[in-house]
Amino acid sequence: MEVLQRFADHYNYVVTIFLMVAGLYIVIARGNLIKKLVGLSLFQTSVYLLYIEPGKIIGGTAPIIDPAFKVYSNPLPHVLILTAIVVGVATLALGLALVVRIHEAYGTIEEDEIFSREGEE
Amino acid sequence: MEALINIVLLTLLAVITVGIMFQRNLFAVVVLAGIYSFLMASVLIVLDAVDVAMTEASVGAGVSTVVLLGTLHLVRTIEYPSKRSALIPMLVAVATGAALVWGTIGLSPFGTADNAIHKHVAPKYLADSVKETLVPNVVTSTLADYRGYDTLGETTVIFTAGIGVLLLLKGRRRRGHIADEDSKVGRTA
Amino acid sequence: MKLDLILRIGTKLLLPFILLFALYVQFHGDFGPGGGFQAGVITAGMVILYALIFGVKAAKRIAPQGLVERMVPLGVLIYAGTGIAGLWLGSNYLDYSRLARDAPYGHELGIFAVELGVLITVAGTMTAIFYAFVDRGR
Repeated sequence: MEVLQRFADHYNYVVTIFLMVAGLYIVIARGNLIKKLVGLSLFQTSVYLLYIEPGKIIGGTAPIIDPAFKVYSNPLPHVLILTAIVVGVATLALGLALVVRIHEAYGTIEEDEIFSREGEE
Repeated sequence: MEALINIVLLTLLAVITVGIMFQRNLFAVVVLAGIYSFLMASVLIVLDAVDVAMTEASVGAGVSTVVLLGTLHLVRTIEYPSKRSALIPMLVAVATGAALVWGTIGLSPFGTADNAIHKHVAPKYLADSVKETLVPNVVTSTLADYRGYDTLGETTVIFTAGIGVLLLLKGRRRRGHIADEDSKVGRTA
Repeated sequence: MKLDLILRIGTKLLLPFILLFALYVQFHGDFGPGGGFQAGVITAGMVILYALIFGVKAAKRIAPQGLVERMVPLGVLIYAGTGIAGLWLGSNYLDYSRLARDAPYGHELGIFAVELGVLITVAGTMTAIFYAFVDRGR
């Protein structure tokens, strides 16, 4: 029972790390540039979880002050991640714009083909 | 109860991630990424981060999906199998994951109130927000007031990224003989 | 797209409510979940929905490209300008205490101005990015 409790207590960290590692794997192993960017955003969302999870207090509520509540979850990680999400989509769009330009220059978005075309020239 | 809901939603997130990893049709990947974002928003609601959940639902599932689909409209939508071996990336990923999991052993359990994160500046923000700024939503007052410099920086990053996208995509297409003219125009301007 | 009556009417019915919700999220952000970032994205979402159903040309009539692109730096300027206003009134950069006679009201005003700047930059950037990708495809 104690092992089960311990597992449940740290399960969120394990899943967060799984998401992070899955993103890392996609970025390294896959040659398709759009897939790489999706992997990068997976990695990024796992960081959101890593920040928000320790801020949660069981039995607490959202950090909007009201006389009816006493315990609030930590607002600071929320602030940092909220801005990070919007910045994330802006940088994702920048990456995708680069992908579009690479596609116009090389006619492909597969890394292997881009490298082989570089070799031909 | 909160911990249980959290566990179920996190498991679903992991399942969707596996789907994204092995799916080769990029349209399907984009749709799965949208589902992933909505699940992430649900997890964030369980974790009491309502502002963040709202952002994730509108940005992650909304704008990201639109931008990704806009790109897929311009490029090929099937991913080709990579010629390289997947063994080394898998080893790197597993090793990194193992090291990180080992690092979490010392972290305090989920949802406890004596976590180190709750001992620093957050109690001050929670106690003083209404008195000092008349704003009951502590996330808003921290975002715009206590941590105003951070947010100014983030807004500048969004501005920069937007300018970057416009610079990359607003010019004329360079293809074939047009490319030469275009580069001449670029040089004189 | 011309024949999709339900989509067209449905969109037209939804648009004002989406804009209203964006404004609610913006101005009620002090008391409930929300703020400039979310409201900006929802506003951009409204333009994107309109563009998806009625075409980009029609969308550029309600949100002209020049305006959208000017909004990108304008928001940052409003944000930075709020900080400068604090300096000018004799306090530190981004310290809103002296924007009004009582410090708490000054902070409330400062937060309002800053969130407005964030709204303008985020809405402008997201719409401009969308226009850039769509125009590239034609």
